[in-house]
Amino acid sequence: MLRRFRLEEPETIAEASELLSRFGESAKVYAGGTELLLAMKEGLVQYERLINIKKLQNLREAKADDGMISIGALCTHHELETSPVLRHKLPALHRLEQNVANVRVRQAGTLGGNLCFAEPHADPGTLLTALGATMVAEKASGRREISAEDFFVDAYETSLQGDELLTEIRIAAPEEHFRSAYLKFGYLERPSVGVAVAFKLNGGGLTDVKIAVGCAGPSPRRVREAEALLNGKSKEEAQRSLAQAGQVAGRASQAISDLHGSQDYKEHIVGVLLKRAFQSAAG
Amino acid sequence: MGKAMRRHSAAQLIPLSFTLNGRLQEIEVEPHELLLDVVRDQLGLTGVKRSCDVQVCGACTLLVDGRPVSACTTLAFEVRDRSVLTIEGLAEDGKLHPLQEAFIEHGGFQCGFCTPGMILAAKALLDENPAPSEAELKHFMHGNICRCTGYKKIIESIMAAAKEMRSEA
Repeated sequence: MLRRFRLEEPETIAEASELLSRFGESAKVYAGGTELLLAMKEGLVQYERLINIKKLQNLREAKADDGMISIGALCTHHELETSPVLRHKLPALHRLEQNVANVRVRQAGTLGGNLCFAEPHADPGTLLTALGATMVAEKASGRREISAEDFFVDAYETSLQGDELLTEIRIAAPEEHFRSAYLKFGYLERPSVGVAVAFKLNGGGLTDVKIAVGCAGPSPRRVREAEALLNGKSKEEAQRSLAQAGQVAGRASQAISDLHGSQDYKEHIVGVLLKRAFQSAAG
Repeated sequence: MGKAMRRHSAAQLIPLSFTLNGRLQEIEVEPHELLLDVVRDQLGLTGVKRSCDVQVCGACTLLVDGRPVSACTTLAFEVRDRSVLTIEGLAEDGKLHPLQEAFIEHGGFQCGFCTPGMILAAKALLDENPAPSEAELKHFMHGNICRCTGYKKIIESIMAAAKEMRSEA
């Protein structure tokens, strides 16, 4: 049983933002509820009000538009795993969405909710960081864009302000020669380690390398130090640097020892996944 | 019927009109009530089970507009104007659904606790993909856990039902 709460159902972003402003910490945005309701059931959080944002318009489409791919924050994982736009333009993200949790979570859970809840053991944030995505945050008075890198602050904490809603995730449509891959590892219900790579592979040379690690530590992080070991190199040279890049990425993951594994183990797995993700992307 | 629910005098009541196993229901729920509890306690259909309560095991699987949801983690008001199918609604006029027949014939259950969820999830799978490969079946059914059978007979049952349903189509 859940504790009793009041349901608010705003019809505009301004209304939703105003409710958040008015009620502060005693209210929470609710969409799919796949994380939120669990935390409430376990008594970890409680709210006097839930603000159901599913009546907000125009937040539930994934579309390609003028060189950008725009994903509405209310898109469910199921909508994304069946999206032709994602399948053709962002196959790594499409594949990630097919493998989120289970079929029931994918049916109800939204990408926006996943990102805002900022559960460390989650997939999308890591890949979106490597894809250089931006999150669009809106409130009554306006909107701003936050890079994925800057969006995740800590476990269960994003850089959204109290009265802001995440409305859209924007990713530059990949050009020719762009490759990306996301791999995860876990034997519990949630992933224990996730690694994403993205780069341009043109005439045998790598540029614009981005590497992100997630799940092992409190939030997904980009690892520029590891990127530097691969950037500008030929594919073969980069392959020879993968072991070192893996060690650097492992240390940067801020892995903590817990039920998912020891710090050493997770750091090691980061290295393994980086190697495999690179091979998968580079072909 | 079901148990009478005591409601707080200042409760926010949401009118909930939805189709349950083909029949229109019009009830009232409070925002915090879970679909699982409303279906079991207020509506008396106990085929859906509370098991893990964290939407990992699938024993609480119900179909809402044909798609599987975790009733343990779905607020009841979310099914307003939708259609809900429970295991009790699968047989028509006493005739078992091919999935139910197959689970019986192929030994797809032992204790039966996971079975309502398994069958409903399998129905959603076959409605979407009438000829799944074993890999596709396993991927879709990944979130339904069984502690008794070791899954082999469940897979056989679903594949047999799929074959039967394709030949009937």
